[in-house]
Amino acid sequence: MAMEMRLPVARKPLSESLGRESKKHLVVPGDTITTDTGFMRGHGTYMGEEKLIASVAGSVERVNKLICVKALKTRYNGEVGDIVVGRITEVQQKRWKVETNSRLDSVLLLSSMNLPGGELRRRSAEDELAMRGFLQEGDLISGVLVQVSPSLVKRQKTHFHDLPCGASVILGNNGFIWIYPTPEHKEEDAGGFIANLEPVSLADREVISRLRNCIVSLVTQRMMLYDTSILYCYEASLPHPIKDILKPEIMEEIVLETRQRLLEQEG
Amino acid sequence: MLGLVMSYQGKPISSQPLKITVLKEDLRVDGRGCEDYRCVDVETDVVSNTSGSARVKLGHTDILVGVKAEMGTPKLEKPNEGYLEFFVDCSANATPEFEGRGGDDLGTEIANTLYRIFNNKSSVDLKSLCISPREHCWILYVDVLLLECGGNLFDAISIAVKAALFNTRIPRVRVLEDEEGSKDIELSDDPYDCIRLSVENVPCIVTLCKIGYRHVVDATLQEEACSLASLLVSVTSKGVVTCMRKVGKGSLDPESIFEMMETGKRVGKVLHTSLQNILHKEESLGTKRQKVGFLG
Repeated sequence: MAMEMRLPVARKPLSESLGRESKKHLVVPGDTITTDTGFMRGHGTYMGEEKLIASVAGSVERVNKLICVKALKTRYNGEVGDIVVGRITEVQQKRWKVETNSRLDSVLLLSSMNLPGGELRRRSAEDELAMRGFLQEGDLISGVLVQVSPSLVKRQKTHFHDLPCGASVILGNNGFIWIYPTPEHKEEDAGGFIANLEPVSLADREVISRLRNCIVSLVTQRMMLYDTSILYCYEASLPHPIKDILKPEIMEEIVLETRQRLLEQEG
Repeated sequence: MLGLVMSYQGKPISSQPLKITVLKEDLRVDGRGCEDYRCVDVETDVVSNTSGSARVKLGHTDILVGVKAEMGTPKLEKPNEGYLEFFVDCSANATPEFEGRGGDDLGTEIANTLYRIFNNKSSVDLKSLCISPREHCWILYVDVLLLECGGNLFDAISIAVKAALFNTRIPRVRVLEDEEGSKDIELSDDPYDCIRLSVENVPCIVTLCKIGYRHVVDATLQEEACSLASLLVSVTSKGVVTCMRKVGKGSLDPESIFEMMETGKRVGKVLHTSLQNILHKEESLGTKRQKVGFLG
């Protein structure tokens, strides 16, 4: 058994360790962004008393004539084409209520589910009665959910990643990240419906725990989450035992190494 | 480890978790074993206008304890002793459920548990708190403030209470009696002349949550919600159990209770040793210690 007690250490401000050349223009609600009236107002701004004022706390982004403020921590605002991971909270007639870290609960209709028997078939009354057969209160699915702020998930072409370490990751745009063991074979004839109820092996579970801790440490250091950053962080954490990744000094070391590798890759 | 799609009897779930861990092997979701604690940050003397204070951070759980020593009259049934009074405040900052009077139930439950574990002769030397029998004694008001709820409240609170009692400095007083028989209490001139409590026998609580077929120590919020029954064991540094309490809707059979108690004793002894080491280390740093406080 392990027990570690320590005296608290003052946190170093992140900007020191980053050494960023250009400082971001950060604003809080009520701050004046500019008094120049030639700009178009984007999200997070409003016009008041001849000046452009910020309505959320975040960094100012400018694209030609459009000024908007991107909030650092916000509830998820959905866009068409986003991938989200949700949690079922209620079973209703012909639909499920899903929690997605947004302002309102989302709705998943029975007609949009991939059911066995092929994708393009009419949903009948039997399907409605059998809803509990697919997803019911108390069902067990293999995997781990990590909840982070939506602003930390980078927008990419695909959000479903099969990492080479043996687990797969779905980075939902809403900040919910689903880590699960990679299925060995994909069943195409069931119309996309997967029912896998075997217990997970210890090796897979260790990989998933390690990935989960890596994601938590990236989030604590406010780094963007995408497949490359998660993978580099995983590789940087391999020398340490899984439970040590969450210790502050080891977390900083791993994330620093990840940051350096990412900078090398870009430059 | 398996995930869980949950709602309870068709009612919408508000904050129940998504995962349950099948702990056949000794591996939890964050990589810890079943008997591993998360990293603990302990700091004493954080509040200046108290006789003693401590702040403990256990993962996402943040507890602040302040001890104030005041003079009062001893209880009628124990005229030679002082006593401790506990008050627990669940701040609305900790979680939205504590808004308004929502945190009062949990606060009273924690305070009653603290009264129970200190309700014996050896935890704190109450006779040393007596100034003059039947007339004056020291009353230690121990106030616990829950700043953030991240699972395993009882353990963190007991660690913080022990650290705060270790940090408590009670001014030394003398009772002067003049010729008419009226008594006068004289405070010593030196502000550093204090008496300190011995916290060697102060117990700490170890919470063991039963999940599946095994039990875990230091459960996170999600693990706590997955467990139907838990056992709170209050253990001293020598491994003596002072009190035990079962919480939760589920049942525990006597064999599990015995196993959990043994684990609690084992874990409790290590907990006490670590806490004593860190408290002595902090004290030995003296004025060189960098106070982090709340803005660090």
